[in-house]
Amino acid sequence: MSVLVNKNSRVIVQGFTGNEGTFHATQMIEYGTNVVGGVTPGKGGTKHLSRPVFNTVHDAVKEANANVSIIFVPAPFAADAIMEAADAGIEVIVCITEGIPVKDMVMVKEYLKDKKSRLIGPNCPGVISAEEAKVGIMPGFVFKKGKIGIVSKSGTLTYEAADQIVKAGLGISTAIGIGGDPIIGTTTKEAVELLMNDPDTEGIVMIGEIGGTLEAEAARWIRDTGNKKPVVGFIAGQTAPKGRTMGHAGAIVGGKEDTAQAKMAILRECGITVCESPALIGKTMADVLKKVTV
Amino acid sequence: MNLHEYQGKEILKKFGVSVQEGVVAENIEEAIKGYEEITKKYNSPIAVIKAQIHAGGRGKGGGVKVAKNLEDLKEKASAILGMQLVTPQTGPKGKKVHKILIAQDVYYPGPQPTKEFYMSVLLDRSKGRNVIMYSTEGGMEIEEVAEKTPHLIWKETIDPKVGIQPFQARKIAFNLGLSGNAFKEMVNFVIKLYKAYETIDASLFEINPLLKTSDDKVIAVDAKVVLDDNALFRHPDLAEMRDIKEEDPTEVEAKAAGLNYVKLDGNVGCMVNGAGLAMATMDIIKLSGGEPANFLDVGGTANAERVEKAFRIILKDPNVKAILVNIFGGIVRCDRVAQGIVDAYKNLGNIPVPIIVRLQGTNAEQAKKLIDESGLKVYSAIELQEAADLVKKLIKQ
Repeated sequence: MSVLVNKNSRVIVQGFTGNEGTFHATQMIEYGTNVVGGVTPGKGGTKHLSRPVFNTVHDAVKEANANVSIIFVPAPFAADAIMEAADAGIEVIVCITEGIPVKDMVMVKEYLKDKKSRLIGPNCPGVISAEEAKVGIMPGFVFKKGKIGIVSKSGTLTYEAADQIVKAGLGISTAIGIGGDPIIGTTTKEAVELLMNDPDTEGIVMIGEIGGTLEAEAARWIRDTGNKKPVVGFIAGQTAPKGRTMGHAGAIVGGKEDTAQAKMAILRECGITVCESPALIGKTMADVLKKVTV
Repeated sequence: MNLHEYQGKEILKKFGVSVQEGVVAENIEEAIKGYEEITKKYNSPIAVIKAQIHAGGRGKGGGVKVAKNLEDLKEKASAILGMQLVTPQTGPKGKKVHKILIAQDVYYPGPQPTKEFYMSVLLDRSKGRNVIMYSTEGGMEIEEVAEKTPHLIWKETIDPKVGIQPFQARKIAFNLGLSGNAFKEMVNFVIKLYKAYETIDASLFEINPLLKTSDDKVIAVDAKVVLDDNALFRHPDLAEMRDIKEEDPTEVEAKAAGLNYVKLDGNVGCMVNGAGLAMATMDIIKLSGGEPANFLDVGGTANAERVEKAFRIILKDPNVKAILVNIFGGIVRCDRVAQGIVDAYKNLGNIPVPIIVRLQGTNAEQAKKLIDESGLKVYSAIELQEAADLVKKLIKQ
């Protein structure tokens, strides 16, 4: 078991024949992901990477039974691609694209409200269920199978955490990169909830950063639902100055509530083990799990 | 991208929003001409000189002055033009004033008292919707109002399906205690302000103060506008409004090279792939007893050219005593990155500070070997903790 994606997921790639799409689709296929085709408008009926290309997501759903989509479409057209996937009934939409205008995402968020689709991202590394399916751009070899779930706003920091978790003798169930933009499809709390309800996930690593209130919301939900599984939290940006953007559009310290220190305090109050050093994420998770079993 | 007050006002005017009028001047001759034009047009000898920099709190730093006559204007405008203006938002070094705005006097006497309000339009991230934030307490910093009198700040959320509705604008005008002509003007103001915000893909439109004049007109006395960089492709005319003089030259240079760099005040420089890992690396520098000198995300392609550029940019800062390179190689192979570092090091000749290179991920072992055998003064590490320990050790030396 795992969440969001598994070996039975039928994945399509939107922006399949472009450079990014081709490169990462190849990597996903090598990892063993069940990529059933892709979408590039105007290239329908052809083949790419020995898989069918469709003109529309509707065609991909009808003809290849696709239920998961990963989007590599350039930023000006990405909102349209997300809405097309949702309209076609795709269950999980993973949007990798970086730099989508906020106005477009306000519209997308509204559009998705009465759809059954779940959006992950945008501006995220994607989702990986270890040794089952990789629907993202992460280096697959880092994610060895195990029972720790990861929720993170960041890409390389997720790989770092996964690597440490594996070296601490544990492994990964599913890692969910939710993205660092101001508006994202799936929040920290929603991603944590999925992992809390996954019978194969025994512990959760929650990686956040300065800006916004997502980690605080998730922490309060974890406390209010009885801290069912051990959670280790890390907040990046303890040294970030106020009012400056640190790469992620969402990582701006605005008020008192969204500094790293404030978030870490809220996490602690909610019974989460906060790790101050990013070098100790794996070790902290292993220590916490030992305590639980003793 | 930030805009100047005068640029924000130009945009507002295009959308039919009333503003305090003014003329931009870059030297004293233009200032005099502007003064003559404004005083003649509004039939008053009084004009306001406003420094145009990308920071708030200009009045506190002496960047806003009232000129009572031409002599007064000459004196005050020459003092402000070219000054190093320090405000609560500029940092201790301040910002050089290249342009001033000669603006009309809007606080003239009349039948009614004047009243200052606050209004801004921005994204409410928790709702994923835009919100109009407003207050009866204008003319001071909104953070201060939020702290002392939070009940005097209201928020009106806009439904993206239908946009702003007249009833919402009326609610705002009533909450601000207006009636008669001022009420009508405010309703009109709010609707047009929101329209401007939405049309230009702004991420902030802040009017403070928003003034009700003594003859019951409603006008924007100041305008702070931040545009969504990701949407500039749709607005080439707005992209041209960028004022590079207001930005840190090193940050501009970094951006042109595809690097995301922010200068900080510490002693340990860093070069990292990915924004989250970069922030975490800054944190680990601090935990090891140093202070981060910068934020630098090299992005996905950490090739020799980029690494060299990044080294050059970090080394411009004389406070840097050591550099920590932290790359998690996933899709990019670590041995490639290591080769890039070695090449960059050789191209740069002599790097005067110790470098710690931590490469983890694909081919990390080969990468470490490559660095160790290069004969360069570079410390290598694979685990993040090893890198942290090296930082600690080198800072002590």
